[in-house]
Amino acid sequence: MIAVGALARFQDDFARALLAQDDAASPALATLTAQPAFAIYRNSVMKSSIDALQANYPAVSRIVGEEWLRAAAAIYARDALPGLPMLLQYGADFADFLARFEPAAELTYLPGVARLDRLWTEAHVAASEDALLPTAAQQLASGNFFRARLQPHAATRWAWFADAPIYTIWSRNRSDDAVDGDIDWRGEGALLTRPQDSVQWRALDHAGCVFLDNCAAGGTLADAAQAALEVEPDADLGRLMANLLEAGAFSRLDMNT
Amino acid sequence: MTHFLDAGLGLKPQHYDAALACSTAGLWFEVHPENYMVAGGPRLAWLEAIRSKHPLSLHGVALSLAADTEPDAAHLKRLAELARRVEPALISEHLAWSTWRGAYHPDLLPFPRTTEALARVADNVSRTQDALQQRIAVENPSHYLKLDGHEWSETEFLRELVRRTGCGLLLDVNNVYVSACNMGYSAEEYIDAFPGEAVMEIHLAGHAPDPRLGNTLLVDSHDAPVAPEVWALYERLIRRIGTRPTLIERDDNLPAFDVLLAERDHAAALLRPPVAEAA
Repeated sequence: MIAVGALARFQDDFARALLAQDDAASPALATLTAQPAFAIYRNSVMKSSIDALQANYPAVSRIVGEEWLRAAAAIYARDALPGLPMLLQYGADFADFLARFEPAAELTYLPGVARLDRLWTEAHVAASEDALLPTAAQQLASGNFFRARLQPHAATRWAWFADAPIYTIWSRNRSDDAVDGDIDWRGEGALLTRPQDSVQWRALDHAGCVFLDNCAAGGTLADAAQAALEVEPDADLGRLMANLLEAGAFSRLDMNT
Repeated sequence: MTHFLDAGLGLKPQHYDAALACSTAGLWFEVHPENYMVAGGPRLAWLEAIRSKHPLSLHGVALSLAADTEPDAAHLKRLAELARRVEPALISEHLAWSTWRGAYHPDLLPFPRTTEALARVADNVSRTQDALQQRIAVENPSHYLKLDGHEWSETEFLRELVRRTGCGLLLDVNNVYVSACNMGYSAEEYIDAFPGEAVMEIHLAGHAPDPRLGNTLLVDSHDAPVAPEVWALYERLIRRIGTRPTLIERDDNLPAFDVLLAERDHAAALLRPPVAEAA
């Protein structure tokens, strides 16, 4: 007769032994961990977690190489197994991990690239809704532009990186037809959108990122425009609006509310 | 709700276009629901497009029915939402655990089949069926480890689980073959003892020897065609219990869609009376 709670104790021991580097850590399961077959479970849990991180961070993987990425992913996974079974969303804070990961210290742009890989995933799985058509610009022109509000589409993501050309590095490593050539080392931002249900990306300047930050926070276009001009006094807001609308960055226009 | 399901295929993203275009009668597809638990976007759109042409089966890997705790309420809700959306002909899970104390271990982990565990699994299956308002099929896993403390044989454990919960069973014939080889019992005796009337679905897949240990340890690798020994067990099974929806599972070393479809057609031919010649 096994005491109540024996199953929970077994699972605590088994889960610990799966991640242990040293079998002495789980004396209760010595007869299991001594069997060569126990390695099947150990390998499988680590391999699935590492595979998921590699799949979710393709630009990072391409930059550092598969072997490096998998070694780093193993360290990450041993510390933080997936919290949810949707492995597509595993590794939400992998960029933060890379930022404090000593072997990556010289690759200062790597956390930024990881952040854009993550934003791609977020855009990919976000809720579906219709994007506002570029013709909305006419509606804007006919109404009170400054009191209008634009709602970013659920799948729209953006990020500004002040210190490095993260967008160029990321986009060159995200697709198979990567281009070479010199990179102008300056700050860059990125815009990811999902028109027609497929994630697309383009560069976005600092003013554009700040503009979207304001729209997302519920600000009027007057607020958003002012904030954008504060970071880039020469920003061409007309061109920015056209660019954002063409990319399908918004889902709704509220005039005059 | 009745569907004409004979032999189906696991659906892989690489095969979406071919799967969508395929009009083979009786063909159905199975997916891991965890890969489609998203708010929206192209994945759900693909799945709904497939569903508009073919019946679907949701084959979960993460409910952790054998964990000594209730199924995660949020996960069960996600599964129920997906089921509402795609109206699957079948929903299945495993006699195993994976999520434990907030961590998901991406594998199907073993446990001692005690009476205590049976009560827990039965409770978890009932909660799942209540949440889904649908009977689920529970699958026999592959075994690699010699575990102490079993109080029930697997076939008797599953028979009692069916009796307590009204659930169905998913009999993975390849898992039976792999487990029988690894644990040293007779696959034929296991197949003959399996509660046939509860079988809602059958799985067939390929296996491989462990890279380090060779044929002394077979791994349920899903990276090869169904082995002749597994086909033979399958024929033995359906001779006894009759036809059941049968799935060819292939996850790695993926061949062209037509190659999988031919393997699936072989199972379909065996399911249709008169029983075709042996493989």
